[in-house]
Amino acid sequence: MSADAPAWRREELLIAVLARLLDGVEHVAVGASSPIPGAAALLQRALSKGAMRVSVLGSRRHNPFTEGGRELFDCAAQGRIGAFFLGGGEIDGEANINLVGMGDYPRLDVRFPGSFGSAYLYMLVPRVILFREEHSRRVFVPKVNFVSAPGTSDPGVYRPGGPHALVTGMACFDFDRTRRRFSLASVHPGHDAAGVAAETGFDYDVPSAVPETAPPPPEWLELLRGRIAGELAETYPKFASTVFGASAAA
Amino acid sequence: MASTQFIDLADLADRIPDGAFVALPPDYSNVPMALTHALLRRPVRDLRLLCVPTSGIQADLLIGAGAVASIECAAVSLGEQGPAPRFTAAVVADRLTVIDSTCPAIHAALQASEKGLPFMPLRGILGSDILQHRPDWKVMDNPFAEGPDPIVLLPALQPDLAIFHARWADRQGNVWLGRRRELMTMAHAARRSFVTVEAFFDGDLLAEDELAAGTLPGIYVDAVALAPRGAWPMGLADLYAPDTAHLAGYARQARTEDGFRAYMAANHLEPSLVG
Repeated sequence: MSADAPAWRREELLIAVLARLLDGVEHVAVGASSPIPGAAALLQRALSKGAMRVSVLGSRRHNPFTEGGRELFDCAAQGRIGAFFLGGGEIDGEANINLVGMGDYPRLDVRFPGSFGSAYLYMLVPRVILFREEHSRRVFVPKVNFVSAPGTSDPGVYRPGGPHALVTGMACFDFDRTRRRFSLASVHPGHDAAGVAAETGFDYDVPSAVPETAPPPPEWLELLRGRIAGELAETYPKFASTVFGASAAA
Repeated sequence: MASTQFIDLADLADRIPDGAFVALPPDYSNVPMALTHALLRRPVRDLRLLCVPTSGIQADLLIGAGAVASIECAAVSLGEQGPAPRFTAAVVADRLTVIDSTCPAIHAALQASEKGLPFMPLRGILGSDILQHRPDWKVMDNPFAEGPDPIVLLPALQPDLAIFHARWADRQGNVWLGRRRELMTMAHAARRSFVTVEAFFDGDLLAEDELAAGTLPGIYVDAVALAPRGAWPMGLADLYAPDTAHLAGYARQARTEDGFRAYMAANHLEPSLVG
Protein backbone atom coordinates (compact mmCIF):
# COMPACT_ATOMS: atom_id res chain seq x y z
CA MET A 1 0.00 0.00 0.00
CA SER A 2 3.00 2.31 0.32
CA ALA A 3 2.41 3.62 -3.21
CA ASP A 4 -0.96 4.96 -2.03
CA ALA A 5 0.37 6.49 1.19
CA PRO A 6 0.04 10.29 1.25
CA ALA A 7 3.13 12.37 0.56
CA TRP A 8 2.50 14.35 3.74
CA ARG A 9 2.38 13.66 7.45
CA ARG A 10 -0.74 14.16 9.57
CA GLU A 11 0.85 17.18 11.27
CA GLU A 12 1.62 18.73 7.89
CA LEU A 13 -2.01 18.43 6.82
CA LEU A 14 -3.17 20.16 10.02
CA ILE A 15 -0.57 22.91 9.62
CA ALA A 16 -1.83 23.52 6.07
CA VAL A 17 -5.47 23.64 7.22
CA LEU A 18 -4.67 26.19 9.93
CA ALA A 19 -2.47 28.24 7.58
CA ARG A 20 -5.40 28.61 5.12
CA LEU A 21 -7.58 29.96 7.92
CA LEU A 22 -5.02 32.76 8.48
CA ASP A 23 -5.20 34.00 4.90
CA GLY A 24 -5.46 37.79 4.78
CA VAL A 25 -4.71 38.38 8.47
CA GLU A 26 -2.20 41.18 9.11
CA HIS A 27 -0.95 40.07 12.52
CA VAL A 28 -1.37 36.62 14.03
CA ALA A 29 -0.26 35.74 17.55
CA VAL A 30 0.42 32.21 18.77
CA GLY A 31 0.32 31.26 22.43
CA ALA A 32 2.06 28.71 24.61
CA SER A 33 2.41 25.01 23.75
CA SER A 34 1.15 25.38 20.18
CA PRO A 35 3.67 23.91 17.73
CA ILE A 36 1.14 23.14 14.94
CA PRO A 37 -0.51 26.60 15.08
CA GLY A 38 2.98 28.12 15.37
CA ALA A 39 4.09 26.30 12.24
CA ALA A 40 0.89 27.37 10.44
CA ALA A 41 1.50 31.03 11.28
CA LEU A 42 5.13 30.87 10.19
CA LEU A 43 4.06 29.12 6.95
CA GLN A 44 1.41 31.72 6.15
CA ARG A 45 3.93 34.47 6.88
CA ALA A 46 6.34 32.90 4.41
CA LEU A 47 3.54 32.61 1.82
CA SER A 48 2.48 36.23 2.39
CA LYS A 49 5.98 37.36 1.44
CA GLY A 50 6.25 39.67 4.40
CA ALA A 51 2.66 41.06 4.40
CA MET A 52 1.78 39.20 7.60
CA ARG A 53 3.33 39.66 11.03
CA VAL A 54 3.62 36.73 13.43
CA SER A 55 4.20 36.83 17.18
CA VAL A 56 5.08 33.49 18.75
CA LEU A 57 4.86 33.68 22.52
CA GLY A 58 7.95 32.23 24.16
CA SER A 59 10.09 32.86 21.09
CA ARG A 60 12.88 35.39 21.01
CA ARG A 61 13.38 35.57 17.26
CA HIS A 62 9.71 35.48 16.26
CA ASN A 63 8.27 37.76 18.92
CA PRO A 64 8.45 41.53 18.54
CA PHE A 65 7.28 42.58 21.99
CA THR A 66 9.52 44.78 24.12
CA GLU A 67 7.00 45.90 26.74
CA GLY A 68 6.77 42.61 28.64
CA GLY A 69 4.13 39.93 28.81
CA ARG A 70 1.29 42.43 28.91
CA GLU A 71 2.01 43.84 25.46
CA LEU A 72 0.31 41.01 23.55
CA PHE A 73 -2.86 41.57 25.58
CA ASP A 74 -2.79 45.34 25.21
CA CYS A 75 -2.30 44.87 21.46
CA ALA A 76 -5.29 42.54 21.32
CA ALA A 77 -7.54 44.97 23.20
CA GLN A 78 -6.62 47.68 20.69
CA GLY A 79 -7.52 45.45 17.75
CA ARG A 80 -3.93 45.06 16.58
CA ILE A 81 -4.09 41.24 16.52
CA GLY A 82 -6.23 39.67 13.81
CA ALA A 83 -6.02 35.99 14.69
CA PHE A 84 -5.14 33.75 17.62
CA PHE A 85 -5.39 30.03 18.41
CA LEU A 86 -7.01 28.42 21.42
CA GLY A 87 -7.43 24.80 22.46
CA GLY A 88 -9.23 23.14 25.31
CA GLY A 89 -9.29 20.08 27.49
CA GLU A 90 -12.99 20.24 26.68
CA ILE A 91 -14.85 22.16 23.96
CA ASP A 92 -18.63 22.22 23.68
CA GLY A 93 -21.16 22.87 20.92
CA GLU A 94 -21.46 26.58 21.81
CA ALA A 95 -17.66 26.90 21.47
CA ASN A 96 -17.07 27.29 25.22
CA ILE A 97 -13.60 26.04 26.16
CA ASN A 98 -12.32 24.49 29.38
CA LEU A 99 -8.63 24.74 30.23
CA VAL A 100 -9.02 24.33 34.00
CA GLY A 101 -10.25 20.82 34.74
CA MET A 102 -13.05 18.37 35.34
CA GLY A 103 -15.04 17.81 38.49
CA ASP A 104 -16.66 20.10 41.02
CA TYR A 105 -14.47 23.22 41.05
CA PRO A 106 -12.21 23.83 42.94
CA ARG A 107 -12.05 20.16 44.10
CA LEU A 108 -11.28 18.86 40.64
CA ASP A 109 -10.89 15.21 39.65
CA VAL A 110 -8.72 16.16 36.68
CA ARG A 111 -6.66 19.34 36.55
CA PHE A 112 -5.52 21.01 33.34
CA PRO A 113 -2.77 23.70 33.32
CA GLY A 114 -5.07 26.74 33.50
CA SER A 115 -6.84 29.29 31.34
CA PHE A 116 -3.75 31.27 30.22
CA GLY A 117 -5.06 34.39 28.43
CA SER A 118 -8.11 32.68 26.90
CA ALA A 119 -10.81 34.48 28.91
CA TYR A 120 -9.55 37.73 27.44
CA LEU A 121 -8.22 36.97 23.96
CA TYR A 122 -11.34 34.97 22.99
CA MET A 123 -13.39 38.12 23.56
CA LEU A 124 -11.09 40.56 21.76
CA VAL A 125 -9.36 38.83 18.82
CA PRO A 126 -11.66 38.82 15.74
CA ARG A 127 -10.60 35.47 14.27
CA VAL A 128 -9.98 32.88 17.00
CA ILE A 129 -9.25 29.44 15.61
CA LEU A 130 -9.97 26.55 17.93
CA PHE A 131 -7.55 23.69 17.49
CA ARG A 132 -7.53 20.33 19.23
CA GLU A 133 -5.86 17.34 17.65
CA GLU A 134 -7.65 14.69 19.71
CA HIS A 135 -11.15 14.26 18.33
CA SER A 136 -13.18 12.30 20.85
CA ARG A 137 -16.27 12.53 23.02
CA ARG A 138 -13.91 13.11 25.93
CA VAL A 139 -12.92 16.46 24.38
CA PHE A 140 -16.02 17.45 22.38
CA VAL A 141 -18.71 17.43 25.04
CA PRO A 142 -22.31 18.70 25.21
CA LYS A 143 -21.36 21.18 27.97
CA VAL A 144 -17.90 21.95 29.40
CA ASN A 145 -17.28 21.42 33.14
CA PHE A 146 -15.66 24.84 33.55
CA VAL A 147 -15.92 27.80 31.18
CA SER A 148 -12.37 29.15 30.89
CA ALA A 149 -13.63 31.36 28.10
CA PRO A 150 -17.17 31.60 26.69
CA GLY A 151 -17.80 30.98 22.98
CA THR A 152 -20.50 33.63 22.75
CA SER A 153 -21.66 36.60 24.80
CA ASP A 154 -24.92 38.31 25.52
CA PRO A 155 -25.84 41.48 23.61
CA GLY A 156 -24.39 44.55 25.32
CA VAL A 157 -21.11 42.86 26.24
CA TYR A 158 -18.17 44.38 24.39
CA ARG A 159 -16.98 41.54 22.22
CA PRO A 160 -15.28 42.17 18.88
CA GLY A 161 -13.68 38.72 19.06
CA GLY A 162 -14.72 35.10 19.05
CA PRO A 163 -14.58 31.68 17.42
CA HIS A 164 -14.08 31.50 13.66
CA ALA A 165 -13.42 27.79 13.06
CA LEU A 166 -12.61 24.54 14.83
CA VAL A 167 -9.92 22.24 13.48
CA THR A 168 -9.39 18.71 14.84
CA GLY A 169 -7.45 15.63 13.85
CA MET A 170 -10.52 14.48 11.88
CA ALA A 171 -12.29 17.53 10.48
CA CYS A 172 -12.84 21.28 10.15
CA PHE A 173 -15.93 23.10 11.41
CA ASP A 174 -17.19 26.65 10.87
CA PHE A 175 -18.87 28.51 13.73
CA ASP A 176 -21.93 30.73 13.37
CA ARG A 177 -21.83 33.26 16.23
CA THR A 178 -25.46 34.31 15.79
CA ARG A 179 -26.79 30.77 15.86
CA ARG A 180 -24.16 29.69 18.43
CA ARG A 181 -23.55 26.53 16.45
CA PHE A 182 -20.84 24.67 14.54
CA SER A 183 -21.26 23.22 11.06
CA LEU A 184 -19.03 20.59 9.49
CA ALA A 185 -16.91 22.25 6.77
CA SER A 186 -14.64 19.40 5.62
CA VAL A 187 -13.41 15.99 6.72
CA HIS A 188 -9.73 15.06 6.55
CA PRO A 189 -8.57 12.28 4.20
CA GLY A 190 -9.00 8.89 5.84
CA HIS A 191 -12.10 9.95 7.81
CA ASP A 192 -15.78 10.37 6.99
CA ALA A 193 -18.76 12.35 8.29
CA ALA A 194 -20.19 9.34 10.12
CA GLY A 195 -16.89 8.76 11.90
CA VAL A 196 -16.78 12.42 12.95
CA ALA A 197 -20.33 12.21 14.31
CA ALA A 198 -19.46 9.09 16.30
CA GLU A 199 -16.62 10.91 18.07
CA THR A 200 -18.38 14.26 18.68
CA GLY A 201 -20.46 14.74 21.81
CA PHE A 202 -22.32 17.87 20.69
CA ASP A 203 -24.81 18.60 17.89
CA TYR A 204 -23.74 20.50 14.79
CA ASP A 205 -24.98 21.11 11.26
CA VAL A 206 -23.94 18.81 8.43
CA PRO A 207 -24.29 19.94 4.80
CA SER A 208 -25.68 17.44 2.29
CA ALA A 209 -22.25 16.95 0.71
CA VAL A 210 -19.20 17.22 2.97
CA PRO A 211 -15.97 17.97 1.09
CA GLU A 212 -12.65 16.30 1.85
CA THR A 213 -10.03 18.59 3.42
CA ALA A 214 -7.52 19.68 0.75
CA PRO A 215 -4.01 18.27 1.26
CA PRO A 216 -0.96 20.54 1.54
CA PRO A 217 0.41 21.54 -1.89
CA PRO A 218 3.98 20.33 -2.64
CA GLU A 219 5.44 23.85 -2.45
CA TRP A 220 4.00 24.28 1.05
CA LEU A 221 5.55 20.98 2.11
CA GLU A 222 8.89 22.10 0.78
CA LEU A 223 8.67 25.35 2.76
CA LEU A 224 7.56 23.50 5.89
CA ARG A 225 10.33 20.93 5.82
CA GLY A 226 12.98 23.52 5.16
CA ARG A 227 12.66 27.09 6.34
CA ILE A 228 9.65 26.72 8.66
CA ALA A 229 11.08 23.66 10.44
CA GLY A 230 14.21 25.65 11.25
CA GLU A 231 12.22 28.68 12.46
CA LEU A 232 10.00 26.48 14.61
CA ALA A 233 12.88 24.60 16.25
CA GLU A 234 13.83 27.64 18.32
CA THR A 235 10.56 27.51 20.33
CA TYR A 236 9.51 23.88 19.77
CA PRO A 237 12.71 21.83 19.50
CA LYS A 238 11.01 18.53 20.36
CA PHE A 239 8.23 18.95 17.79
CA ALA A 240 10.55 20.20 15.05
CA SER A 241 12.94 17.30 15.47
CA THR A 242 10.17 14.66 15.72
CA VAL A 243 8.10 15.86 12.77
CA PHE A 244 10.68 17.41 10.49
CA GLY A 245 13.99 16.08 11.83
CA ALA A 246 15.02 19.71 12.20
CA SER A 247 17.17 21.56 14.69
CA ALA A 248 17.31 25.31 15.29
CA ALA A 249 18.61 26.97 12.13
CA ALA A 250 20.18 30.36 11.65
CA MET B 1 15.13 53.78 50.34
CA ALA B 2 18.21 51.98 51.57
CA SER B 3 20.85 51.08 49.05
CA THR B 4 20.93 47.63 47.46
CA GLN B 5 22.62 44.92 49.49
CA PHE B 6 25.01 42.44 47.94
CA ILE B 7 24.86 39.09 49.72
CA ASP B 8 25.39 35.43 48.90
CA LEU B 9 22.74 33.08 47.55
CA ALA B 10 22.04 31.21 50.82
CA ASP B 11 21.63 34.56 52.64
CA LEU B 12 19.22 35.73 49.95
CA ALA B 13 17.14 32.56 50.41
CA ASP B 14 17.18 33.05 54.20
CA ARG B 15 15.65 36.52 53.79
CA ILE B 16 12.53 35.15 52.11
CA PRO B 17 10.18 34.57 55.02
CA ASP B 18 7.94 31.51 55.30
CA GLY B 19 4.43 32.54 54.27
CA ALA B 20 5.61 35.34 51.95
CA PHE B 21 3.52 36.41 48.94
CA VAL B 22 6.11 35.98 46.17
CA ALA B 23 5.88 36.96 42.50
CA LEU B 24 7.56 34.55 40.04
CA PRO B 25 8.41 35.14 36.38
CA PRO B 26 7.19 32.94 33.52
CA ASP B 27 9.43 30.24 32.03
CA TYR B 28 10.60 32.42 29.14
CA SER B 29 11.72 35.20 31.43
CA ASN B 30 14.70 34.94 33.79
CA VAL B 31 13.51 32.25 36.21
CA PRO B 32 15.58 32.33 39.44
CA MET B 33 16.16 28.58 39.66
CA ALA B 34 19.36 28.71 41.73
CA LEU B 35 17.48 30.76 44.34
CA THR B 36 14.60 28.28 44.18
CA HIS B 37 17.05 25.44 44.83
CA ALA B 38 18.45 27.37 47.82
CA LEU B 39 14.89 27.86 49.13
CA LEU B 40 14.23 24.12 48.82
CA ARG B 41 17.41 23.28 50.75
CA ARG B 42 16.41 25.64 53.57
CA PRO B 43 13.52 24.45 53.38
CA VAL B 44 10.99 27.28 52.94
CA ARG B 45 7.33 26.78 53.92
CA ASP B 46 3.82 28.15 53.22
CA LEU B 47 4.74 30.41 50.30
CA ARG B 48 1.89 32.16 48.52
CA LEU B 49 2.97 32.20 44.90
CA LEU B 50 1.89 34.73 42.29
CA CYS B 51 2.86 33.56 38.80
CA VAL B 52 3.39 36.45 36.39
CA PRO B 53 1.38 35.13 34.72
CA THR B 54 2.36 31.43 34.49
CA SER B 55 5.03 29.14 35.89
CA GLY B 56 6.62 25.80 35.11
CA ILE B 57 9.25 23.75 36.91
CA GLN B 58 9.89 26.48 39.49
CA ALA B 59 6.35 26.35 40.92
CA ASP B 60 6.12 22.60 40.39
CA LEU B 61 9.25 21.94 42.46
CA LEU B 62 8.11 24.20 45.29
CA ILE B 63 4.64 22.62 45.30
CA GLY B 64 6.03 19.08 45.19
CA ALA B 65 8.32 19.83 48.13
CA GLY B 66 5.36 21.00 50.20
CA ALA B 67 6.58 24.61 50.31
CA VAL B 68 3.45 26.26 48.89
CA ALA B 69 0.20 27.17 50.63
CA SER B 70 -1.49 28.82 47.64
CA ILE B 71 -0.83 29.80 44.06
CA GLU B 72 -2.45 32.51 41.94
CA CYS B 73 -1.78 31.82 38.28
CA ALA B 74 -3.08 31.82 34.73
CA ALA B 75 -1.54 28.36 34.25
CA VAL B 76 1.16 26.01 35.51
CA SER B 77 2.67 23.84 32.78
CA LEU B 78 5.99 22.39 31.67
CA GLY B 79 5.23 23.61 28.14
CA GLU B 80 6.44 21.20 25.49
CA GLN B 81 7.32 18.68 28.23
CA GLY B 82 3.65 18.41 29.21
CA PRO B 83 1.61 19.10 32.36
CA ALA B 84 3.26 20.18 35.61
CA PRO B 85 2.94 16.87 37.48
CA ARG B 86 3.28 17.95 41.12
CA PHE B 87 0.91 20.92 40.62
CA THR B 88 -1.66 18.62 39.03
CA ALA B 89 -1.29 15.98 41.76
CA ALA B 90 -1.57 18.56 44.56
CA VAL B 91 -4.80 20.01 43.10
CA VAL B 92 -6.42 16.60 42.65
CA ALA B 93 -5.37 15.59 46.20
CA ASP B 94 -6.85 18.89 47.48
CA ARG B 95 -3.52 19.87 49.06
CA LEU B 96 -3.15 23.23 47.32
CA THR B 97 -5.28 26.35 47.09
CA VAL B 98 -5.34 27.53 43.48
CA ILE B 99 -6.59 31.01 42.66
CA ASP B 100 -7.31 30.71 38.96
CA SER B 101 -6.67 33.86 36.98
CA THR B 102 -5.94 34.84 33.40
CA CYS B 103 -2.69 36.31 32.04
CA PRO B 104 -3.76 39.92 31.36
CA ALA B 105 -5.54 40.14 34.74
CA ILE B 106 -2.29 39.42 36.58
CA HIS B 107 -0.36 41.91 34.48
CA ALA B 108 -3.05 44.58 34.93
CA ALA B 109 -3.42 44.06 38.70
CA LEU B 110 0.35 44.50 39.08
CA GLN B 111 0.15 47.65 36.99
CA ALA B 112 -2.42 48.99 39.45
CA SER B 113 0.15 48.58 42.26
CA GLU B 114 2.83 50.07 40.02
CA LYS B 115 0.66 53.17 39.72
CA GLY B 116 -0.41 53.19 43.36
CA LEU B 117 -4.02 52.62 42.30
CA PRO B 118 -6.54 50.47 44.20
CA PHE B 119 -7.77 48.65 41.09
CA MET B 120 -7.52 48.34 37.33
CA PRO B 121 -10.36 47.77 34.85
CA LEU B 122 -9.98 45.08 32.20
CA ARG B 123 -11.84 44.05 29.02
CA GLY B 124 -12.81 40.46 28.31
CA ILE B 125 -13.32 37.80 31.04
CA LEU B 126 -17.11 38.41 31.28
CA GLY B 127 -18.99 35.11 31.07
CA SER B 128 -15.99 33.08 32.21
CA ASP B 129 -16.20 30.78 35.23
CA ILE B 130 -12.89 32.33 36.32
CA LEU B 131 -14.78 35.54 37.07
CA GLN B 132 -17.59 33.48 38.66
CA HIS B 133 -15.09 32.05 41.18
CA ARG B 134 -13.32 35.35 41.95
CA PRO B 135 -15.40 37.18 44.56
CA ASP B 136 -12.56 39.71 44.77
CA TRP B 137 -13.19 40.79 41.17
CA LYS B 138 -16.08 43.16 40.54
CA VAL B 139 -18.14 44.09 37.50
CA MET B 140 -19.48 47.59 36.94
CA ASP B 141 -20.76 49.57 34.00
CA ASN B 142 -18.24 51.76 32.26
CA PRO B 143 -19.12 55.19 33.72
CA PHE B 144 -18.13 56.91 30.48
CA ALA B 145 -20.40 54.87 28.20
CA GLU B 146 -23.80 56.06 26.95
CA GLY B 147 -25.53 52.77 27.70
CA PRO B 148 -24.73 49.61 29.65
CA ASP B 149 -21.12 48.48 29.13
CA PRO B 150 -20.05 45.99 31.79
CA ILE B 151 -16.34 45.93 32.58
CA VAL B 152 -14.31 43.93 35.12
CA LEU B 153 -12.43 45.64 37.98
CA LEU B 154 -9.41 43.88 39.49
CA PRO B 155 -7.98 44.82 42.89
CA ALA B 156 -4.29 45.75 42.82
CA LEU B 157 -1.83 42.94 43.46
CA GLN B 158 1.08 43.88 45.69
CA PRO B 159 3.46 40.97 46.32
CA ASP B 160 5.70 41.02 49.38
CA LEU B 161 8.55 40.06 47.12
CA ALA B 162 9.49 39.75 43.48
CA ILE B 163 12.26 37.26 42.73
CA PHE B 164 14.01 36.82 39.39
CA HIS B 165 17.33 36.19 37.71
CA ALA B 166 19.17 38.63 35.43
CA ARG B 167 22.29 38.89 33.36
CA TRP B 168 23.98 41.76 35.19
CA ALA B 169 23.78 43.99 38.24
CA ASP B 170 26.12 46.92 38.67
CA ARG B 171 27.55 48.08 41.99
CA GLN B 172 24.72 50.62 42.42
CA GLY B 173 22.17 47.80 42.36
CA ASN B 174 20.87 48.57 38.87
CA VAL B 175 19.85 45.35 37.12
CA TRP B 176 19.84 44.75 33.37
CA LEU B 177 16.73 42.91 32.11
CA GLY B 178 16.78 43.68 28.41
CA ARG B 179 13.34 43.26 26.87
CA ARG B 180 11.90 41.29 29.79
CA ARG B 181 9.86 44.18 31.05
CA GLU B 182 7.25 42.10 32.93
CA LEU B 183 10.06 41.84 35.48
CA MET B 184 10.15 45.62 35.75
CA THR B 185 6.41 45.68 36.42
CA MET B 186 6.86 42.93 39.03
CA ALA B 187 9.64 44.87 40.75
CA HIS B 188 7.72 48.17 40.61
CA ALA B 189 4.63 46.50 42.11
CA ALA B 190 6.28 44.40 44.83
CA ARG B 191 7.32 45.74 48.23
CA ARG B 192 10.81 44.29 47.72
CA SER B 193 12.79 42.61 44.95
CA PHE B 194 15.52 40.02 45.35
CA VAL B 195 17.58 39.36 42.26
CA THR B 196 20.22 36.80 41.30
CA VAL B 197 22.64 37.66 38.51
CA GLU B 198 24.97 35.89 36.12
CA ALA B 199 27.71 38.46 36.71
CA PHE B 200 28.48 41.90 38.09
CA PHE B 201 28.71 44.67 35.52
CA ASP B 202 31.86 46.71 35.76
CA GLY B 203 30.47 50.22 35.32
CA ASP B 204 27.12 52.02 35.48
CA LEU B 205 24.20 50.36 33.65
CA LEU B 206 22.39 53.71 33.54
CA ALA B 207 25.27 55.60 31.95
CA GLU B 208 24.42 54.90 28.30
CA ASP B 209 20.95 54.81 26.69
CA GLU B 210 21.56 51.43 25.01
CA LEU B 211 21.79 49.62 28.35
CA ALA B 212 19.72 52.04 30.45
CA ALA B 213 16.57 51.33 28.39
CA GLY B 214 16.62 47.72 29.57
CA THR B 215 17.73 48.46 33.12
CA LEU B 216 15.71 48.24 36.32
CA PRO B 217 16.98 51.04 38.56
CA GLY B 218 18.45 50.02 41.93
CA ILE B 219 15.64 52.00 43.63
CA TYR B 220 13.53 48.85 43.25
CA VAL B 221 16.25 46.29 44.05
CA ASP B 222 16.70 45.36 47.69
CA ALA B 223 19.27 42.58 47.46
CA VAL B 224 21.42 40.94 44.81
CA ALA B 225 23.29 37.63 44.89
CA LEU B 226 25.69 36.23 42.35
CA ALA B 227 24.47 32.96 40.73
CA PRO B 228 26.25 32.02 37.49
CA ARG B 229 23.94 29.90 35.30
CA GLY B 230 21.32 30.78 37.90
CA ALA B 231 18.36 30.07 35.60
CA TRP B 232 19.41 26.46 34.87
CA PRO B 233 17.70 24.17 33.89
CA MET B 234 15.71 27.03 32.35
CA GLY B 235 17.49 29.24 29.83
CA LEU B 236 18.53 32.87 29.90
CA ALA B 237 17.94 34.98 26.79
CA ASP B 238 20.92 34.76 24.43
CA LEU B 239 23.30 33.35 27.03
CA TYR B 240 22.13 29.75 27.35
CA ALA B 241 19.18 27.64 26.20
CA PRO B 242 16.91 25.60 28.47
CA ASP B 243 18.36 22.17 29.29
CA THR B 244 15.60 20.25 27.54
CA ALA B 245 17.06 16.82 28.39
CA HIS B 246 17.02 17.70 32.10
CA LEU B 247 13.49 19.14 31.86
CA ALA B 248 12.24 16.04 30.03
CA GLY B 249 13.80 13.89 32.76
CA TYR B 250 12.06 15.97 35.43
CA ALA B 251 8.70 15.75 33.64
CA ARG B 252 9.06 11.96 33.52
CA GLN B 253 10.32 11.44 37.09
CA ALA B 254 7.93 13.86 38.79
CA ARG B 255 4.88 11.97 37.53
CA THR B 256 5.03 9.94 40.75
CA GLU B 257 5.69 11.04 44.32
CA ASP B 258 8.55 8.52 44.57
CA GLY B 259 10.05 9.71 41.31
CA PHE B 260 9.84 13.31 42.51
CA ARG B 261 11.61 12.43 45.76
CA ALA B 262 14.31 10.62 43.81
CA TYR B 263 14.76 13.73 41.63
CA MET B 264 15.04 15.93 44.72
CA ALA B 265 17.58 13.58 46.30
CA ALA B 266 19.63 13.27 43.12
CA ASN B 267 19.76 17.06 42.85
CA HIS B 268 20.51 17.67 46.56
CA LEU B 269 17.38 19.76 46.96
CA GLU B 270 15.71 18.90 50.22
CA PRO B 271 17.45 16.56 52.61
CA SER B 272 14.47 16.63 54.99
CA LEU B 273 12.18 15.07 52.38
CA VAL B 274 14.45 12.14 51.64
CA GLY B 275 16.40 11.78 54.93
